[in-house]
Amino acid sequence: MNQGIVRYLSSTIGRKYLMAISGLVWTLFVLAHMLGNLLIFIGADAYNSYSYKLVSNPFIYIAEAGLVLFIALHAINGISLKMRNSRTKPTLYAVTPKSVKGASLSSKTMIWSGSITLVFLVLHLITFKYGAHYETSVDGIKMRDIYRNVVECFAQPGYVAWYTVCLVLVGLHLYHGFASSFQTLGINHPKLNTVIKRFGWAYSIVVAAGFLAVPFYVFFVKG
Amino acid sequence: MAGNNNSRTMRIHLKVWRQKDKSSEGRLVDYTLDTVSPDMSFLEMIDVLNGQLVGRGEEPIAFAHDCREGICGSCAMVIDGEPHGPQTGTTTCQLHMRTFNDGDTIVVEPFRAKAFPVIKDLVTDRSALDRIQAAGGYVSVSTGNAPDGNAIPIAKDLADAAMDAAACIQCGACVAACRNGSAMLFVSAKVSQFALLPQGQAERERRVSRMVWQMDEEDFGSCTNMGSCAAACPKEIKVDNIARMNREFGRAMLFGQQREQRSED
Repeated sequence: MNQGIVRYLSSTIGRKYLMAISGLVWTLFVLAHMLGNLLIFIGADAYNSYSYKLVSNPFIYIAEAGLVLFIALHAINGISLKMRNSRTKPTLYAVTPKSVKGASLSSKTMIWSGSITLVFLVLHLITFKYGAHYETSVDGIKMRDIYRNVVECFAQPGYVAWYTVCLVLVGLHLYHGFASSFQTLGINHPKLNTVIKRFGWAYSIVVAAGFLAVPFYVFFVKG
Repeated sequence: MAGNNNSRTMRIHLKVWRQKDKSSEGRLVDYTLDTVSPDMSFLEMIDVLNGQLVGRGEEPIAFAHDCREGICGSCAMVIDGEPHGPQTGTTTCQLHMRTFNDGDTIVVEPFRAKAFPVIKDLVTDRSALDRIQAAGGYVSVSTGNAPDGNAIPIAKDLADAAMDAAACIQCGACVAACRNGSAMLFVSAKVSQFALLPQGQAERERRVSRMVWQMDEEDFGSCTNMGSCAAACPKEIKVDNIARMNREFGRAMLFGQQREQRSED
């Protein structure tokens, strides 16, 4: 009998460990990304310089490869677990109980909030990372004017609306994912559980609100 | 309050899942009972209906039951979409008709999960849970006289937590309630009751590994931490046990391999 780590990781619990770890990596990433975005409130130069420092650091490639790997693991694993779970529960009940005891909206919609977030992520990279390339210079250094991309995008009401919907879904996904990751990894204690849940709630609101501050600022204040 | 109800009876409409056998298609069939006592248990109400069905020459409704005291885990049906019905911490046999209102329509279905195939009407085959238990849910002891109960000191809080986990009656309501058809609340309760006690330490890694692998083999789903299982559990087993099982499984993965290897060789 193969008792290797692969057998453990390919079990339904092992695959949840992978979901939790990859999810937590991205949970940290979105916070860092959101905080970076807030530099737009300081000004175009600060924003562009930050972006320039990030992309000109050679370690960015390792970080990007890691993020791609983790999101791929998270998405593929999540979809295949969802498919397994649809197979193991082929029939639902004729009546839905009046009080769906326990299950939150966020927990029931993870596959949808996750799938839409993934589509958003790809489009988001196309729009910004691989979008129109404008040049500017700050203190004599030539760099990309990513600030201009942001202002142009968020001047369009349609794009602001789509971005808002997606970020609300990201927040919803984070809300269940945060506390759920700790439960999956077995980090659970009566005194800790409420703290984790409340912190996750605050974390998802702060992340979603932080991201949304940018389009609202650009559209309503600058536009 | 029960005394006041003795004088009146209720009219109850039922929609019950009827299915001839494993391979037949099932459907919901309407029945109406005119004189249901509020003091009847849900199962007694079905007994009355079955009496009428037999009298009319029809096939009675098959349903699983045994002790009717809420401790055996035999009775298993989904009442209005909830395993064991709307009352929390209560098995179907301990659910009384006073929970419902006169004139209510109640939908009764079997537990649904791929691992629980319907045998007939409301009876499902839940032997998959037995096979998980047999895979590792035990403590090996040498034969001989029973040891003194207090020979091994156990902290009160651990003993309480183990006892709470051991309250699981293996009814399968957690699987029935779960949108993923996951048996993790059941398996975690069984893992916990041993993992918390000194007697369970000897086979700790082997137990959790084998039970989880058996659970996967039986085609139960994975946990998405929704908590519907704990909400439906008639013995109010907490999802904290699932976290403990996840911890035990991770421990076995990281530290338990040599020990497991040696025992297999």
